[in-house]
Amino acid sequence: MTILRNTLVAAALVLGFGAAAQAQDEEPVRVGFIYVGPIGDFGWSYQHDQGRLALEETFGEAVETSYVESVPEGADAERVLRQMAQAGNDIIFATSFGYMNSVVNVAKQFPDVKFEHATGYQRADNLATYSSRFYEGRHVIGLIAGRMTKSNVIGYIGSYPIPEVIRGINAAYLAAKSVNPDVQFRIVWSNTWFDPALEADAAKTLIEQGADVLMQHTDSTAAMTIAEEQGIFAFGQASNMANFGPDAQLTAIIDNWAPYYIQRVQEVMDGTWSSTDTWGGIGSGMVEFADLSDKIPADVQEEARTAMEAMAAGTLHPFTGPINKQDGSPWLKEGEVADDATLLGMNFYVEGIEGVIPQ
Amino acid sequence: MDLSAIDPITLFVGLVSAATPLLFAAIGELVVEKSGVLNLGVEGMMIIGAVCGFAAATTAGSSAVGFVAGAAGGAALALLFGVMTQYFLTNQVATGLALTLFGLGLAALIGQPFTGIKPPPFHGLDIPVLSDLPVLGRMFFRYDIVLYLGVGLIALVWVFLNRTRTGLILRAVGENHDAAHSLGYPVVKIRLAAIAFGGACAGVGGSYLSLVRVPQWTEGMTAGTGWIALAIVVFAAWKPWRILLGAWLFGGVTILQLNLQASGFLSWLQSLGIPMQAQYLSMTPYLVTILVLVVISADRTRAALNAPGCLGRSFTQSG
Repeated sequence: MTILRNTLVAAALVLGFGAAAQAQDEEPVRVGFIYVGPIGDFGWSYQHDQGRLALEETFGEAVETSYVESVPEGADAERVLRQMAQAGNDIIFATSFGYMNSVVNVAKQFPDVKFEHATGYQRADNLATYSSRFYEGRHVIGLIAGRMTKSNVIGYIGSYPIPEVIRGINAAYLAAKSVNPDVQFRIVWSNTWFDPALEADAAKTLIEQGADVLMQHTDSTAAMTIAEEQGIFAFGQASNMANFGPDAQLTAIIDNWAPYYIQRVQEVMDGTWSSTDTWGGIGSGMVEFADLSDKIPADVQEEARTAMEAMAAGTLHPFTGPINKQDGSPWLKEGEVADDATLLGMNFYVEGIEGVIPQ
Repeated sequence: MDLSAIDPITLFVGLVSAATPLLFAAIGELVVEKSGVLNLGVEGMMIIGAVCGFAAATTAGSSAVGFVAGAAGGAALALLFGVMTQYFLTNQVATGLALTLFGLGLAALIGQPFTGIKPPPFHGLDIPVLSDLPVLGRMFFRYDIVLYLGVGLIALVWVFLNRTRTGLILRAVGENHDAAHSLGYPVVKIRLAAIAFGGACAGVGGSYLSLVRVPQWTEGMTAGTGWIALAIVVFAAWKPWRILLGAWLFGGVTILQLNLQASGFLSWLQSLGIPMQAQYLSMTPYLVTILVLVVISADRTRAALNAPGCLGRSFTQSG
């Protein structure tokens, strides 16, 4: 679906390359982005593109950015990445988990190009990874959801059963359960990051089955729209979705990639870039929140803010024991905090969540 | 597991509603293919319909205007395909694919000022007495008017194709354009009319997505619905009534798997050691489509009865 756009972008890149080669002086740093959805999803890809725009604003003439949107995970991604590398990009940001194999392959073929893979875990000398501790955000929305639900049923629209998504479900559930012991999660897997009609159907299904607060880990604003239509609450995902649910949105977890992108491109300019593994949370500004809705009672707002501050300060970790796994076997002892390796590979539900993770 | 959370009536209502965009797109494509033209640009026409419908509905403040504009947008894009394939004799497959790519891009462009706004509300009907019937009222008499029009359209297309002279001519053009031409029928004009009709139907299907089912405009929001509509035409073996069945089956499986997931039924099966996944359910309509393809192509005579003889072939007066 993106062949045409890809070709245009590639052509633009080639032309840009030729033009720039004639200009002497400082050559701009070329930065490429590849997105899994359209930049107009007003969620995940939109937010990455905001980071790209921030680069242009910060560095002006010193950078030249380009992007290819709606690239499916798989063979198509590898082709686009190779094209971007051939077109003379200095650094390429691959912004979806499913690009992992593609970006690993292409990074091998282009040792002089720097690659950055969002939410992945495979690194090389020219391949760095970066992600946000979204689970800190999930903890906050879990607290709010637990307090706000009247039916005690929280609907959760998952995308793919990968550790990042499972971690989010666990974090939200533990927080909700801590303030509301009767809370129950109903989880639906959409098996896609972006399909507004399916996400809308999933939201309707969850509402029909009793959910009065929705959480999502998919990229479009469809669920928020349905929540607004049906008069229930929901949380914005990746971006502020208040436009789509002025009454429905309680708050939103906002992915703020701009500071990271600016820092990394600066490092490319300075020649200090190296392959690193970054996992930033509320403290480093990568995880932000939309304004808390005035529908949330003052004491709950206070509780949410306290949690945000404690996580920013490092005094609160959403995964602090005692926590058992779903089957009842102990995972974390009293006071024990989960280590990053376990969190990164999380493939189990915590005790109390019903259902089986699809394999 | 909590199967009691699934209300069969709600399930049925969800299914019928989810099937409507598919139904429109598929019945339109059926007429196009019956005239001997293969237009793979359904996805592109749907998304143009979605964006035109949304833009017009929000500007005019009326859903009805939206649906008309969606139909017009879809038909306009389809006519572009028609002119290319009928007058310039371009390859139908390639032109159809290009139409989808073009439609997706153009829709994104048109839609830019329309993200983040709400379309006018579009409610279901409230028919006196009927809508208030205990079970039947909710199941059959509370949908929006467009949904009924979709089902009615299926009946109309059946009557048109099988009971009218014009329908017979259209089928003749699809079966053997040279013979139809030698009898003096305007092959190209008939095909252009069919293509425009197909585009308008796809456009209405797209508008239904952006005005009723999701209600919002998002880039790429058809997310493959157009391709499913193409599969439904094959599944239906080019018979109008089976389009209804196909649309409900494809739409229904989506809704059913979401319900089974949310109620914990799939998890319960898995805990019993039955490796049932939501994906298997989502797969079934496609498997059935492949099966139908195998069955209808296994028998040469029946294949000839079903698929239009000149499907996908260009027509030139000399040849």
